[in-house]
Amino acid sequence: MPLLPPRWRLLLVAIAALSLPILSGLAWLLLTGWFDQVHGLVPTGRLGPDNWRFLWEAVGGRPSVWIPLRNSLIFSGVVATVVVLASSMAAYAISRLSFPGRAAYLGLVLVLHAFPAVSLIIAIFFILRRLGLFDTLTGVILVKASLELPLGIWLMKGFFDYLSWEMEMAALVDGVSRWTLFWRIALPMVRPGLLALGTFALLSAWGEFILPFTLIVSNQNWLMSAYLQTFLGEAFTDFGMVAAVGLFYAVPVIVLFLLGQRYLLNIYGGGVKG
Amino acid sequence: MKGIRVRLKGLAKHFGRVVALRTLDLDVRAGEMVAFLGPSGCGKTTTLLMIAGIYQPTAGEIYFGERRVEHLHPRDRDVGMVFQSYALYPHLTIFDNIAFPLTLKKIAPAEVARRVRQIADLLGIAHTLDRRPGQVSGGQQQRAALARALVKEPQVLLLDEPLSNLDAQIRVQARGEIRRLQQEIGVTSILVTHDQSEALAMADRVAVFSTGELQQFAPPDELYRRPANTFVARFVGYPPMNLLEGRYEPGAFVLDDLRIPVPPGHPAGRGWLGFRPEDATLDGDVPGRVTVAEALGRENLVTLRIGPAEVKVLVPQGRRPAPGTPARLGYRREHVHFFDASGRRVGA
Repeated sequence: MPLLPPRWRLLLVAIAALSLPILSGLAWLLLTGWFDQVHGLVPTGRLGPDNWRFLWEAVGGRPSVWIPLRNSLIFSGVVATVVVLASSMAAYAISRLSFPGRAAYLGLVLVLHAFPAVSLIIAIFFILRRLGLFDTLTGVILVKASLELPLGIWLMKGFFDYLSWEMEMAALVDGVSRWTLFWRIALPMVRPGLLALGTFALLSAWGEFILPFTLIVSNQNWLMSAYLQTFLGEAFTDFGMVAAVGLFYAVPVIVLFLLGQRYLLNIYGGGVKG
Repeated sequence: MKGIRVRLKGLAKHFGRVVALRTLDLDVRAGEMVAFLGPSGCGKTTTLLMIAGIYQPTAGEIYFGERRVEHLHPRDRDVGMVFQSYALYPHLTIFDNIAFPLTLKKIAPAEVARRVRQIADLLGIAHTLDRRPGQVSGGQQQRAALARALVKEPQVLLLDEPLSNLDAQIRVQARGEIRRLQQEIGVTSILVTHDQSEALAMADRVAVFSTGELQQFAPPDELYRRPANTFVARFVGYPPMNLLEGRYEPGAFVLDDLRIPVPPGHPAGRGWLGFRPEDATLDGDVPGRVTVAEALGRENLVTLRIGPAEVKVLVPQGRRPAPGTPARLGYRREHVHFFDASGRRVGA
C-alpha cells in the first residue's frame, strides 16, 4: 500500500480518535467475554470458555439460549418481510394511483412516524390483551412491523416516484394487469430500496428491546434482548457472562454483514443504481 | 400481420379545466402510416395515448375496424407501441424485453423464442439478445423497443417520437428502416413527432395539430403546396413560408405604403399573403434592402426588408448580396398563397 499524503494521515488520526470510545467498548466486550476477570482493559484472570457455558446449559432458571435466539430470528425475519411487502405495496399505491384521501393519508403516515413507540405502549398493551395476542410472538411482530411501516412507506414512495411513467405505459400496452405490473416491472426496479429497507427493518427488529420486554412475559417467548437483560437485573451481575451473551447476540448481525457486505456498502454509500 | 382501419369520432380529452384535445375526427386507412405533427402541447401525444388505451377519452369514440375500443384495457386492443425513451425494462435482457408481451399471453416458450429470434433477425439485433438495455447502443435500444412492439403482431403500431433520442445520422437511417418495415408488414401505424422532416419523409398522410385542434390532414406534398391555414403554412417547410399581414385591394396586396401586385382569386379586405422563400426572387418590382445573407451550402438565404416586414429569399449559390444593398423583391405568381383575416386559406 502506498504511503498516504499528509492530509489523509491527519484525517485517519481524527477518525481513529473519534472511534476510540466505541473501539474500547468493543475491546472490553471481547476481553471480558473470554477472561475470568478484567480490570479496565487489562485481563487479570484465566483465559477460558467458562463465560460461554450458557451455550450448553440453562443458566439460573432461564431457558436455554437457543430458544430466545430462535424467537429473535423468527421475529426479525417476519418483521422485515412484512415491512418490505406492506410498505412497497402501500408506497406504490400512493406513488402511482390517485384515490380520494391520498394526500391526507400521506400526512397521517408522517404524523404516525413522529410518535415514539414508548408513548404508545400502554394502549398497545390493552389492545393486545383484548385481541388475545399479549405475550405472543405474533403480537410483538405485528406491533413492531406497524411501527416500522411509516418510514418504510416514505422510503419506498421515494423509489417508486423515480420510475418512469413511460415504462409503466409500455407494460400496460404489452398487456400487464396492475398487479403484474407491480410484481414484474415496478418491484424489480426498486430492488436497491427493498434491500435497504429490509436490512434496516431486520437490524431494527434484531435490536428491539422495549416492545418484547413489556409485551412478552413467558420465558419461552423471550427475545435475545430480553434474555440479555435478565443478566443485568440480578443482585450480583456476572459481567463476564453479560459480555459473552452480548457477543453471541451480535454474531448473526456480523454474519449478515459479511454475507451481504458488498450490497450493504453499496446501499449505505447511497448507490441507488437501476 | 394485416393492418386495420382506425377511426376517431368526436374524440376529446380534458384534464380538469385544461382542454388537451378539442374535438377530433380522423380516419386512418388500413395499412397506412399517418404522422401526427405539431409543437409540444398540441394534443398529438394525448390522442396517441387515447388510441393506446392509456388515457380514457372525455368524449368520443375510437374504432379499430368495426370494433369500438375506447373503453377497452390496452391489453385487449392489440396495439404495439414504441416510446420516446424506449421504456425498455432495465432489469431484463433484450430477449426477455421482446418476449415480455408474448409471455403475458401464455404462449409456449419454444414459440416465444422462435418469434423473438425472427423479429430480432429482421431488425438486425439478434446478437444483442442476451444483453441488458444499458449495455447496448441507443440505436439498438430503439430497435429492441420496435421489436417488442411488433413481436405480438399488433393490428396498430403507435410510435411516440421514436427517433428523437437518436443521433442525427442514425435518425435518417432509422426512419427509412421503420418505413420500409412498416410497408413490408402492412401494419397501420401512427407516428407522433414534432419534426416535420420526419413526418413528411415517413408518412402517407400527415395530421397537423395545434392547441388541441386538427389543422389539416393531408399527404405531405399537399400539406406543402396547399396549406389550409397560416399555422400549417408557417409550420411546414424550411425555411418557413413568408407571411405578410396587410389589406387586399383589387389586384394588389397593400402593406403600409407598399403595393404588391397579386394575381386574381385573392380575398378582399384584411388578410395574409404567403409565398415560400424558394418561390421568391430578387428580380421583381417591390423595393427593399438586404439585411442578412446566409450561406446554406447548396443555396444562399437572403433576408430582405420591405416596408415594415422581413422576407426570406432563396437564391442560387453564386449570388450573395452584401447587407445594405438595395434589391427588388418578386415572387412566382403561380405559387402564391392567400389567407383571409382569420388565417384560413382562400382559393386553390
